[in-house]
Amino acid sequence: MFRYYLKLGALSIRANPALSALMVAAIAIGIGACMTIFTIQHMMGSNPIPHKSEQLRHVQMDSWSDANPYNGGANPPIQLTYTDARNLLAAEQAVRQIATFKSGRIVEPEDPDELPYTISGRATSKDFFAMFDVPFKYGSAWDAAADLSEEFVAVISEPLNERMFGGEDSTGKRVTMNGDTFRIVGVLDTWSPVVKFYDLNNNAHEPVEDIFFPFSTAMANEYGNDGNTNCWKPPEGGDRAAFLNSECIWIQFWVEIPNQAAETEYMNYLDAYVEQQKELGRFPRPLDNRLPDVEEWMILNEVVDDDVSVLLGLAVLFLIVCLLNTIGLLLAKVMRRTKDISLRRALGASKASLFGQYIIEAGMIGVAGGLLGIGTTWLGLLGIRNLFNRFDFVEKLTVMDWQMTALAIALAVVSALAAALYPTWRACQVTPASQLRIQ
Amino acid sequence: MEFGPIWRALLKNKGGAILIALQIAVTMAIMVNSISIMQERATNMQRPSGMDEANTLTFASISFASDADNRATYINDLEMLRNTPGVINAVGTNSFPLRGGGWSMGLQTEPGEDMGGVGSAIYFGDEHMIETFGVELIDGENFSPEQVVFLDPDNFRWEPYVIVTEALAKTLFPDEEGSVVGKTAYINQNDPVQIIGVIDQLQAPWQGWDEVEHALFSPVKRAEGFARYVVRTEPGMRDELLPQLEEMLASADKTRLIRAAQTFDEVREGAYLGDSAMIKILGFVITLLTIITGLGIVGLASFNVSRRTRQIGIRRALGATKPAIMRYFMLENFMISSVGVVVGGALAIGLNIFMVETFNLTPMSWWVVPAAMIVLWLVGQAAVAGPARRATRIAPSIATRSG
Repeated sequence: MFRYYLKLGALSIRANPALSALMVAAIAIGIGACMTIFTIQHMMGSNPIPHKSEQLRHVQMDSWSDANPYNGGANPPIQLTYTDARNLLAAEQAVRQIATFKSGRIVEPEDPDELPYTISGRATSKDFFAMFDVPFKYGSAWDAAADLSEEFVAVISEPLNERMFGGEDSTGKRVTMNGDTFRIVGVLDTWSPVVKFYDLNNNAHEPVEDIFFPFSTAMANEYGNDGNTNCWKPPEGGDRAAFLNSECIWIQFWVEIPNQAAETEYMNYLDAYVEQQKELGRFPRPLDNRLPDVEEWMILNEVVDDDVSVLLGLAVLFLIVCLLNTIGLLLAKVMRRTKDISLRRALGASKASLFGQYIIEAGMIGVAGGLLGIGTTWLGLLGIRNLFNRFDFVEKLTVMDWQMTALAIALAVVSALAAALYPTWRACQVTPASQLRIQ
Repeated sequence: MEFGPIWRALLKNKGGAILIALQIAVTMAIMVNSISIMQERATNMQRPSGMDEANTLTFASISFASDADNRATYINDLEMLRNTPGVINAVGTNSFPLRGGGWSMGLQTEPGEDMGGVGSAIYFGDEHMIETFGVELIDGENFSPEQVVFLDPDNFRWEPYVIVTEALAKTLFPDEEGSVVGKTAYINQNDPVQIIGVIDQLQAPWQGWDEVEHALFSPVKRAEGFARYVVRTEPGMRDELLPQLEEMLASADKTRLIRAAQTFDEVREGAYLGDSAMIKILGFVITLLTIITGLGIVGLASFNVSRRTRQIGIRRALGATKPAIMRYFMLENFMISSVGVVVGGALAIGLNIFMVETFNLTPMSWWVVPAAMIVLWLVGQAAVAGPARRATRIAPSIATRSG
């Protein structure tokens, strides 16, 4: 019976090629609009380190002004002062902890004929790589001794290794940046989290840095910060020492918290630390320490652009219009065949078999629309990529993974079936023989 | 007129009509809100930056040698730039409008902590700032060369003179009816700065900032290894000069890099990339939507015409003229569309209120709703015209055939 209905469906679709095409196209376009935007939203907000995100916590402490609370008091500042970063790092109260900031560098090639070039850089501590499960191709992270004694050691990214050394094992080689010569101890394997979760200050989707070096080395050699700096109180003096001692926030600080007990323990430590700082006259605001995990951190930092949410809402409405369109057309088709239907009913077809027949016909349109919808989604993503071709990161956001592909087909079939329900129900209401009068 | 009969006929068979009306209503909700967002973005994009955009170019100089004499490079660079034929003026600054990154500080009219301040973008530069940026000094004076100093990174302090935009002056001294020149504001809570000049208009580097018209010039030359040069050229010379100047600076001193060389048009394009993409996407969406809705109406009307072939034949046989048949379908569609756009108007307004509250968008202008109504009415009429004309060609003799 199923195959017979398929055949009937195909006949009916072929009987009205223009209208059937319109229905398939409407579903495909509706699905395409929805899935294009949904894919981007999904990628923008996707958890970049799902297996570990709950253990990775950014430290937030309310060091801000009492008169003008940070973000109106809704949440503590999203970065730390140097003073607090240094104290927390030295205390080593978590399994792992890192203080980090972005600092661009200029590479001076050994070959004097080659021009210097800028690269992005990050000052951090050795735990960065183990904490964030960063894959290595050659070598490894630097050791604790390098952090302690402010050594000039560095880990470079795969693209930089490609550029500087043609992709070969470059551990032990040297790179000179801004007058300082670093020894390469590790080369990363491909690592491009869709969301650069560990530093969401500037562009949440920019690529990871080209080079990583010890935080201590960067501080000792007065490397500048390329990220954001926010102050609620002017530094007491005009030099770097005054800035470092100030209440300006500019450092990202992450800790690894393996379980609930460790979280309680670290929270207790933070509370005690802030109380102690309060005695020194700092932290005028009430105690408000937080340890958001990666997903909470991404939500707090609004990694999904508002425009994408607006577009997604409009795209869902768009799909609704396409479905209303399909319902109307299917209904018209059914109404035109009432004579047919009443004849079949008179000859003994049950409501259930009629229902099956029309649902299968609608399902065929849905599957066709869904398959075409994958194509339109792909086109939509291509269009978005073209609009934003100035940014490399758009490549990462406009990829349709298998989840999204499956979702597109499922959405199409469910939509088409939902659209078919009312017309099919109407068809089942046709009374047997009612339309068989001689007119 | 035939309103009554058509309306009653519609009510007898309302399933299809309600679907079209709903489709028009949701289409209208999307259309109105998309147009409203497009209009918001277009308005933002049309705001002047204050710069002489057509004739401005910029690049950054980044020095990497630790022993470089940055001040000498800075002085030399600017001298070369200013002496190049075709260049009107040039300045070394920290940022400029639409750049997306820069420095902001709070200003207050009384010194002291916790006074609450007025945010303003800070542009550092010398007495060539006004001419290079292409802004107009409407009150007071420009910096004199003696007021301009080199920044000392080991001992930063605020210079006691500023030139402010008119918008900033108005926010700082709302009750002042005369000139604000000579008045003192406090930056960094306690450091006094005297307003010596007022310029007409200049945006802060962040075009999405609420206080985007708040900007001030501080008479400081920053030459600590990083300098951002802005160059204003004679009309028509910009594109020719950009590579030439870049090459000139790069070869004059090889201990630094010249980067981010771009015309101001490119700066603007980059700053508004998201907004212009949004306009394009939404424009595409509403075009596609209108086409789908229009085709849907065509399809349904065609069905209706063929379903009513006999009925139409009978009417024709009983004396209805072709225009009367045409009018029937046009009027029927007009009624359905009217229900659709009225419901759509309510939906659109509701959706707009929701989006304004959730996403901080600008509320729509009143005229978008009637405009969308008219467009959708016209689309409906245009869509139904074809099938309706086909209906008029049904021969009266159809009535005599048994169906």
